[in-house]
Amino acid sequence: MGTKTLIPIGPYHPLQEEPELFKLFCDGEIVKDIKWETGYNHRGIEKLSESKTYDQVFFLVERICGICSTSHPFAFANAVEEIAGIDITDRTRYIRSIIGELERIHSHLLWVGLAGHFLGYNTVFMWAWKYREPILDLFEMITGNRNSYAMFKVGGVRRDIENNKISTIRKTLSDVKKKTDLLTGAVMDDPVIHARTKGVGVLTRQDISDFGAVGPTARASGVSIDIRRDDPYAAYPLVSWKVITAEEGDVFAKVKVRLLEMYESISIIEQCLGGLEKTPEGDIAVKVNEIPEGSGTGRAEAPRGEVFHFVVSDGSNSPVRHKIRAPSYVNIATFKKSCIGQTISDATISLAAVDPCYCCTERMAVALDINSGRKLMNAKELIELSLKRTIELKKKIT
Amino acid sequence: METDLVIEKLKKSFDTEVLKVTKKSERRATVSVKPESIVRIAEYLYKTAGLRFIIASALHTKRGFEINYHFSLDSTGLVLNIHVIINRENPQIESLSNLFNASNWIEREIHELFGIDFLNHPNQEKLISEGNWAEGVYPYRKEFK
Repeated sequence: MGTKTLIPIGPYHPLQEEPELFKLFCDGEIVKDIKWETGYNHRGIEKLSESKTYDQVFFLVERICGICSTSHPFAFANAVEEIAGIDITDRTRYIRSIIGELERIHSHLLWVGLAGHFLGYNTVFMWAWKYREPILDLFEMITGNRNSYAMFKVGGVRRDIENNKISTIRKTLSDVKKKTDLLTGAVMDDPVIHARTKGVGVLTRQDISDFGAVGPTARASGVSIDIRRDDPYAAYPLVSWKVITAEEGDVFAKVKVRLLEMYESISIIEQCLGGLEKTPEGDIAVKVNEIPEGSGTGRAEAPRGEVFHFVVSDGSNSPVRHKIRAPSYVNIATFKKSCIGQTISDATISLAAVDPCYCCTERMAVALDINSGRKLMNAKELIELSLKRTIELKKKIT
Repeated sequence: METDLVIEKLKKSFDTEVLKVTKKSERRATVSVKPESIVRIAEYLYKTAGLRFIIASALHTKRGFEINYHFSLDSTGLVLNIHVIINRENPQIESLSNLFNASNWIEREIHELFGIDFLNHPNQEKLISEGNWAEGVYPYRKEFK
C-alpha cells in the first residue's frame, strides 16, 4: 500500500464545455508571458474523416463546432465540389448563404453577450442572448434543428426553404434589426465600455500578417480580408454588401466590426430571399455520380474568419486526406501579442476579443507569479477583477 | 491573368527549384518545389509577393511524406499550394516559423502526428498531446490503425 492514486477531475474535464488552459505569467499586475495547453479533447477528426464516405463527412465536420456548425460543411462542400467540378443551382446558392448568414448573426450576438458578461454588463449578456433566440427559432423552422442543421450535401442542400416561409423569415429579420439597433446604440455610446475596450489588446497589421489571423480579428486591424468577397462562393457574388473594417485593432474595434457585420448579414439574407422567389421551388440539388481522383480546396468565411478544408481524393468514396483549419487556430495564437503587457484585469476581455471558439474562458485562465510560478488567481477571480475595474471606471466617469 | 503573373515571377526567381506547375483554375494552383528551397520560396511569397500563409497539410503517401504549404493571395482569391515531397526514411524539412509565427503551431502538430522534423523550429514541443502519448508513435501515418 502506501501509493496514492490521483484522479484528476477538471479543470480540463470532458464534462466541461471545452477543456483548454491558458497560463498567464504575471509580474505584479502586468501579464509577462502566456502559455497555452490544449488537446485535452482532440478528437482526431481529420483521421476519422478518412474512414467515412463523403456523405457522412458532412455530419462529422458539422460537429467540430457547436456555434458555427455550418461553416465546416460549407467549406467541405466547396472543396468536394471543386474536385468533382460540380456547378450547384442558384437556389442552392441562396439557401446556403442564408444559412451561413443567419449563423453569423447568432454567433456575433452570442459573442457580444459574452463580451458584455466579461466586462460586467450582464444586461447586455441577457439582451444579446434573448435577441439570438428568434434566429435559432428560424433555424428550427427551416432545418428542424436549432443547431447542427444537417443542411449541406455534395451538390446541394438537404431541405428547401419553401416560398411560404419567406414572409416569416423577413418578419423575424426586421425584428432582429430593431433589436440590433438598440444593442449597437447601447454598446457604442457607453463611455465605460469605451474606457474598458479602447486601446486594450491592440493587434497591428504586422501582427495580423505574422500570425496569419483572419476574420473580424484581422478586419478590426485594418486588414480587409473576407473570403466571401475575395474567393466568392455560394450566393455572395450575386448580392451586394460591404466588408466592414476598422483601423484601431483594439477590443472596441472588434466589437464595432462584429456589430456592423450583423447589418450586412441581414441585408445579404434579404437579397437572398428575393433570389429564392425568382428560382423554382425544389431545385436544390444536382445529381452527383462519383468524386474523381484529385484534390480540392474549400474555403468559407465563418463568423470567426476563414475556414479552410483541403481534401484529397483517390477516386474512392472516402477522402484519403482531409486537412481542416478552423479560424481560431490562427486567431488564438495572437494572444501572445494582445495579452502581453496588459494588466490582469484586461486579460479576460483581450482573450475573449478574438471570439475564440470556446464559451468558457472562466475555466481556463490562470494567473501565475512569474518568479515563483505560484498561482495567483483563477478565472472566476479574473472576471471578478474585470468587473471591479468596470465599477471603478463607472464611478470615475459618471 | 494575375495568377499567371504570380507563377511566372515565382518561376523566374526560382528557376531550378521549381519542379512542376499545375494551374487548375484562376484561383487554384499548385507548384511543386525542391524541399531544400522551401524557406527561400516562402520568404519570397510572404515578403515580396504579399501572400498570406494559411496552413500546411501533411500527407503520407506511397511517395513518402508530402507537405502542401497553402498560401493565399487575398486580392485575387488565389490559393497557391507549394508542394514538397520529403524522404520517407528520415523525414525532415526546414521550419518556416522563423519567418512568420503562423506556421509555428501547425509545424508542431505535423511533427507530433506525422513524425516529420522541422529543423531550426524555435520550439518544437508537442502541441496537442503533451505527456499523453507514446514517443515514436504517429497517429496520422497510414500504418496507424
